[in-house]
Amino acid sequence: MTAASYSDAPAHSGGGIAAWVFTTDHKRVGILYLIGSMAAFIVAGLMAIGIRLEQYAPGESGFMQYFVGDIGKQMTTGDAYNTALYFHGAAMILGFLIPGLTGFAANYLVPTMIGAKDVAFPRINALSVWLFWCGIILALLTFVIPDKPDVMWTGYPPYAIKTPGNTALYVFTVHLIGFSSILGAVNFITTIVYMRAPGMGWNQLNMFVWSILTGLTIQLIFVPILAAAVTLLLLDKYVGTGFFDSSRGGDPLLYENLFWFYSHPAVYVIFIPAMGLVYDIVATMAKKNIFNYKAAVYGGMCGLVVISGEVWIHHLYVAGMPNWLRIGMTMTTLLISLPVGLMVLSLWGTLYKGAITYNVAMLYAGLCFVLLLFGGLTGIPLALVSMTVHFARTSFVHAHFHFIMALFAAYAVFASVYFWFPAMTGRTADNAVSRLAFWFNLVGTQLTFWPLFIIGVDGMPRRYWDYSAEIVGAERSANWTFYHHLSTYGAVITAVGIFLMITGWVYSAFWGAKVGRNPWGSKSLEWTHASYPIGPGNFDEPVVVSAEWTPYNYAK
Amino acid sequence: MRKLRNRLVLGSLALLPGSLPALAAESKILSPTHMWNEIWTEVLYDLLLIGVPFGLAALYMMIRYRAKSPGQVGEAVNLSPAAVWGWILIPCALFLADDLLLFGKGWTLWNVQRVVPQNAVEVKVTGHQWYFDFDYGNGVTDSELVVEVGKPVVLRMASDDVIHSFGLTEYRLKEDLIPGRITYLWFLPDAPKETQVDCMEFCGTGHSQMATKVRALPTADFQAWLGKHKSASAGDLKFASQSDGTASK
Repeated sequence: MTAASYSDAPAHSGGGIAAWVFTTDHKRVGILYLIGSMAAFIVAGLMAIGIRLEQYAPGESGFMQYFVGDIGKQMTTGDAYNTALYFHGAAMILGFLIPGLTGFAANYLVPTMIGAKDVAFPRINALSVWLFWCGIILALLTFVIPDKPDVMWTGYPPYAIKTPGNTALYVFTVHLIGFSSILGAVNFITTIVYMRAPGMGWNQLNMFVWSILTGLTIQLIFVPILAAAVTLLLLDKYVGTGFFDSSRGGDPLLYENLFWFYSHPAVYVIFIPAMGLVYDIVATMAKKNIFNYKAAVYGGMCGLVVISGEVWIHHLYVAGMPNWLRIGMTMTTLLISLPVGLMVLSLWGTLYKGAITYNVAMLYAGLCFVLLLFGGLTGIPLALVSMTVHFARTSFVHAHFHFIMALFAAYAVFASVYFWFPAMTGRTADNAVSRLAFWFNLVGTQLTFWPLFIIGVDGMPRRYWDYSAEIVGAERSANWTFYHHLSTYGAVITAVGIFLMITGWVYSAFWGAKVGRNPWGSKSLEWTHASYPIGPGNFDEPVVVSAEWTPYNYAK
Repeated sequence: MRKLRNRLVLGSLALLPGSLPALAAESKILSPTHMWNEIWTEVLYDLLLIGVPFGLAALYMMIRYRAKSPGQVGEAVNLSPAAVWGWILIPCALFLADDLLLFGKGWTLWNVQRVVPQNAVEVKVTGHQWYFDFDYGNGVTDSELVVEVGKPVVLRMASDDVIHSFGLTEYRLKEDLIPGRITYLWFLPDAPKETQVDCMEFCGTGHSQMATKVRALPTADFQAWLGKHKSASAGDLKFASQSDGTASK
């Protein structure tokens, strides 16, 4: 192939609206994913602030309704709060974390890391991003319709069927985003299997490429089950079937089983790619090869794919499942410690004898070590059914999954934006303001969630907007108020950090300091071989890698 | 009516001094609540044992291995095949050993939590949006859970509308109330105290307000409460049987 044929590849350098709308270039699709998922993140983040302010003190704060667009205060505080919880959970997971990792990061990085000029099916790729945008727009309609959905991100029947809220909006949002992500999974799996640069063996892939391959394999297997579950919900509510109606031979627990049969593996669709990003950032900034690469890939990531579908009952530990099944899945859940343990050792070992420099991406990666450690450790008691009969549905669980999944993955995505910012724009977003934002985010999120761990052990229920004395008892109400104060301060500090971070990105994209090629000294193809900033066709000439090449070969 | 009378007679038999040895046997019942607290302490030590070395190691390496000069690269750590397997098998064996240790403790507690003592007093619990009601048998009902100290209580639970959850927080127990299915939960009220039960599964507008009291009363007080409720419900019963009688004629 000649250089000319490479720049013939989907050329999308125009700045007009049409050039963006009709783009099939994976990098532009990636940016569109980033914009869509950050929109979901910002609105869902505002809901989180509303939730924290409502919980600041026992009793009614009086402004919850404003957060969900109910200016006339037609809704009760309980209903407004439930809508905020629904949107926060559904949008953060389906609209931000999964698309941020498997949409934005995968699109931008996978083809460039494997030396391909685009994904295998660029037009299907464009279709998936617009399906995703339709899903986000549908989700945002929550704030303008009168019958706002209030079914949490889980949508459990019979509540989701009996509620006057608009469960259909929830179901169709899941359909659109789910369809988008199935297409994405097919696309990226095909791309990674067939479009690696000549000579690039399986043990030479970036950790992030492996994480997308394994994460999207899980997504491809399990998303159809979620789609089936919510479709049955739709039929039960609007067509009058009785799949989940016990008075007509159905069973509400069928839904919980189907839902978590997808949604526990979905945790790994978030966790593994986030881990992949952290690996790549840490290895580059420590100028080190990955410690025990094969153990982390084949034992860790592939191990999680294998075990992901055998542990879902731990989400139903208090939901009336048979006793033997609950204790059985306690054992499978504990076994998660083996693949995750291998990944943790490999990540920790990657620091060993490194030569670490701290850019802002590496600071976020360091924070991810903390989140991984504490989020992982607090998962151990939650694996034990007999401990979880107390912890289930308390803020202990809430804090646990925010650490290990929500914050860990969110900060991995943010770190990746900072890290690959020069490749995207030729400029850097790493400056004094972004470092200030980092410290706000670090202090803010720790302050938000440690109090929730503490009062969670004491039994603070999740999804409560009120914890007055008559509800939880006088002593607990008084004790918890202090911790909720701290947690709310933490949320406000985080909000400042996030605001500085996002405005910093927008500013830096247009006016940030220009930096030269490969500012972090990486050995990975998207820095060493791709055009800079990465342009149409990605590479000026076809990439061929040698048998000795790896993206982590620093010591040579 | 005869059935009811028989039940009352049998019920009062339990109060005779002759049943004291049975009470003594009951005091040996393992309390799931105490066991939970003990195991939680052990689990916390376990978490410290894993967490502290990993935390310190990360902190140490993040400081120790900072680059001394720009352009410095890390030292490649290439493992021999034996070391690769060593770094897989040894940690996995350690993690697995810890898993099995915790699993054993968890299972022991689980067997206590899920095996109802034979002499447990049965109370029917029904969840509604947004309250619980309690049926003690013999027509005695209440909106609070009132139990006798020292007597194990088993709750047979269901829901009338949507899924709720019975959060006996201070007894470290909970189980869902599900339409069309009877779930159970047992606990041992070991001291006279008043605690809360909160709904712990999202159930709509009033979810945060769905709470009531659990009152564990000493035997004398419990009997007084029972007597009061019995006479109240006996009045109801008389009225009910009268209307019933006229209807059947």
